Amino acid sequence: MTSLLEVEGLTTSFPAGARSVAVVDGISFSLAAGEVLALVGESGCGKSMTALSVMRLVPRPGQVAAKRLWLDGKELLALSVPQMRRVRGSSVAMIFQEPMTSLNPVIRVGWQVMESVLLHESVSKRAARARALDLFRRVGIPDPNHRLDAFPHQLSGGLKQRVMIAMALATHPKLLIADEPTTALDVTIQAQILELLREVQRESDTAILLITHDLGVVNELADRIAVMYAGKVAEQGSRMDVLKNPSHPYTKGLLRAIPALARKGERLYEITGTVPAPRDFPRGCRFCTRCPEAFEPCAERVPEATTVGPAHEAYCHALGTPPVGPSERSHEQRP
Amino acid sequence: MVSALTNSHHTSNVVVLLLVLGGLWLGWRVKRNEPWHDALADAFRRGPTAWCVLGLYVLVALADSVAWKGGVSAAAPDQVARFEAKSLLDRAVGGKTEKSYSAPLATREFARDRPLVRPGTHLLGTDKLGRDVLFVTLKGARVALLVGGFTSLIAIPLALLFGVLAGYFGKWIDDGVFFVMSTLASMPSVLLLVAMITALPRGTIWVCVALGVTSWVGFCRLARGETFKLRELDYVNAARALGASHARIIVRHILPNLLHLVLIRFVLLFSALVLSEAVLSWLNIGVDGSWGQMVAQAKNELSRDPIVWWNVAGATVGLVGLLLSINVVGDTIRDALDPRTRGDRA
Amino acid sequence: MLAYVVRRTCFGALVVLGVLLFLFLLFFGVTSPDDIARRAIGDKAMPHVIEQWKKNHGYDKPRLPGPGHLTDNLLVEHYRRMLTFDFGKSDADNTPIVDRLKHGAVPSLCLTVPEFLLGLLLGIWSALVVALFRGTYIDKSTTILCVVLMSVPILLFIIGGQYLIGKQLRWFPISGWERGSSAMWRFLALPVIVGVLSGFGGTVRFYRTVFLDEVYRDYVRTARAKGAGDMRILLRHVLPNAMIPVLTAVVMEIPFLFTGSLLLEAAFGIPGLGSLTVDAINANDFATLRTMVFIGSLLFVAAQIMTDIGYTLVDPRVRLE
Repeated sequence: MTSLLEVEGLTTSFPAGARSVAVVDGISFSLAAGEVLALVGESGCGKSMTALSVMRLVPRPGQVAAKRLWLDGKELLALSVPQMRRVRGSSVAMIFQEPMTSLNPVIRVGWQVMESVLLHESVSKRAARARALDLFRRVGIPDPNHRLDAFPHQLSGGLKQRVMIAMALATHPKLLIADEPTTALDVTIQAQILELLREVQRESDTAILLITHDLGVVNELADRIAVMYAGKVAEQGSRMDVLKNPSHPYTKGLLRAIPALARKGERLYEITGTVPAPRDFPRGCRFCTRCPEAFEPCAERVPEATTVGPAHEAYCHALGTPPVGPSERSHEQRP
Repeated sequence: MVSALTNSHHTSNVVVLLLVLGGLWLGWRVKRNEPWHDALADAFRRGPTAWCVLGLYVLVALADSVAWKGGVSAAAPDQVARFEAKSLLDRAVGGKTEKSYSAPLATREFARDRPLVRPGTHLLGTDKLGRDVLFVTLKGARVALLVGGFTSLIAIPLALLFGVLAGYFGKWIDDGVFFVMSTLASMPSVLLLVAMITALPRGTIWVCVALGVTSWVGFCRLARGETFKLRELDYVNAARALGASHARIIVRHILPNLLHLVLIRFVLLFSALVLSEAVLSWLNIGVDGSWGQMVAQAKNELSRDPIVWWNVAGATVGLVGLLLSINVVGDTIRDALDPRTRGDRA
Repeated sequence: MLAYVVRRTCFGALVVLGVLLFLFLLFFGVTSPDDIARRAIGDKAMPHVIEQWKKNHGYDKPRLPGPGHLTDNLLVEHYRRMLTFDFGKSDADNTPIVDRLKHGAVPSLCLTVPEFLLGLLLGIWSALVVALFRGTYIDKSTTILCVVLMSVPILLFIIGGQYLIGKQLRWFPISGWERGSSAMWRFLALPVIVGVLSGFGGTVRFYRTVFLDEVYRDYVRTARAKGAGDMRILLRHVLPNAMIPVLTAVVMEIPFLFTGSLLLEAAFGIPGLGSLTVDAINANDFATLRTMVFIGSLLFVAAQIMTDIGYTLVDPRVRLE
């Protein structure tokens, strides 16, 4: 399968006083055309920043560097600013977490969708409006003709997110980056939006880079999963592989922490400790301070990728050694 | 009686003592409170020159506020001085008088070419009354800080009090305060200011009162709005559910969250007041001895030929120096406290 | 919407009444009619002269309503006359105040309107440029320039302007006034320049804050993700949002266009309403001062109501309630 997006050694850093802190530290992943890759992790693990880095939308004074940042055959970091602007919104589009604030409050939503088209194609305003109407229908907005002239505050959260999706799809992008698209929405609306994304992906064979912390969302949509922790990838593989055979202790911990799996009356599992601040990252594996399977090399050396299955790899020193039953170990170290 | 009290040097000395003690107590509290300590240290780091310059102004003003009688020898030419209260500044710098204008570091008078009493000692020349311009400029610091700082120290706590009470208790209290605020705010401040000063008796204290009345509304409105927001926060509701009294909630939960606004507003108000006083002096209704008054005199001096420039130069340096350093210090404080810019250390 | 307008207007009327009360307390409470008389004709005047003066100017009535004179007292008179725009005569020279107002309005507007428009255009344009180049040295140097300009009191601009441009360069006259449109601009040029320069720092800073507030919002990030360029974002996305606070600030300036600039008019000898006020200060003319403050308040309250209504028209979030 040809890769649509290839990311190798992506590092995004911000200056902090004299030093600079890498909030995304040398991560690599790839995405094939029509595939859905979910970037999973806790808040602050750098997944949103990864998405922004691919779009080169990282806020100043952040810096993006990578060995390779390939999209559809083009090296994105080598593009000039005007060239990158042409890529944004046409080859790759992004939808954001907060539909409430992501739309311009004083401009009608129809026009905002039309802008996507007008920025990249030379069509008449009438044609753009017809396209917008069509898109509204496609994303399931009721009474689309009237809604074109509505202002964002007149729409519910779910409708606003549909508008955002319409805006993103307007130019038939090959890659859609969805940054926590359902986090700010009600549970019932979440399901609808996920359904919409699935449809969109099937119909137009759009690849989706899905950023989320919700494993339920991952289960619904993703073909492949990459688990991130503290700016690095901990484990990546196909959805089945990662969810059924988690290899990295962090992934294992995440899956154990899902409440639905706990029996009634059983104490909920938690991964002890908290994510370290970028300033306090350990020298070796970033998870070592909280890892139930940590041993000597973990604090000193950064783990390399270990293949644990077809297209399934994890970054953990413990994978080289014979497995000690992880459940027993973790029981011991529970608070 | 009021003027007698405010003109006495004893009052001045007591106030200086209170200010110094108050400043020390504040410094001790800040040192113990880490977030504030860090924020202020950060603010200082962003603009150390401005902070130091401001400190200098404060020192000069304080030096001019501590006064006592006596200490003049019986052989001095000016015998009246033995019975006048003279400040630290007076004793250190002042006392040199000529007859009229003289250029900086000149040896002869400006207009008449007579020899000076103390030739070559007047760094900035002398003014119309023969006073050393450097001395008059330094004395102006006290006036400026009095007008700006003192008035702010009275206006801001009052505005805070009314704003918080109105925002917290709502209903009648809020209606009343809001109405008073709207009424005062709807009178254009310059007009109101001059009207008040014309109607009130003469005197520095009344000028301060007029300035205070015209400037407390802005902060009161802000305090009221913020208190409205804070009142609805979850931890305030929690405190109320735990049975905390109104006073406790206000003091423990609401006021601390307004302190950063107070600080920023104090700095802004200070510079606005100094500017307003300059305007009043220009219109001849300001405070005696202020830099504004010196500038007002320049109206005539600059049209002479050759011009007398050193008077206005001294006042300009004094005014612009103070305002510039206040503005920069205000910016550093704002940057240090604003969550958006707080992260990037200087 | 109509209910809102009515409510706002009622509150505005209440405020105007409150203003009149305050003026009464200030001019008749803090100072007594005797004081006013003495200030006008001198401290040493004989009692019967003072009484005569008070009678001439209508100050000989009791101050507050009381038995026997429920309507024939200064408080009621004050309200009645102010609200009917019967401003009476000046305390200083006995001329009808209304005449002075009529004559003073035009010169004031001739000065304030060009100064305001020019200052606004320059300020917004500069703030846009600075917002476009935020973080670069253009932004930083403009910020420093603004802080310095803001620290220089307008008095120094006046003196500096008069000295440098008026005396040394002789481009424009230092002060004075001449009616008739062709000659007028020569006398207006210097005060307008001084006014615009002295206000530039604060204006740019204010608008810069307004623009930057918007520039960091989420919808700007969305627009950028769509591929829009910086210029387009500023003009098509940020400006419409920023216009709302800008409009508020602009409408609130309008009353001051009428009351005129006291300083500029006094310094440059322009016979407008500002000069009128300054003369009144110097002559202790309380009647004129009262009138000026009252008119200023009326305009201010009207402008506030208009701003509130304008807000509902301009901001779609508020409009379609």
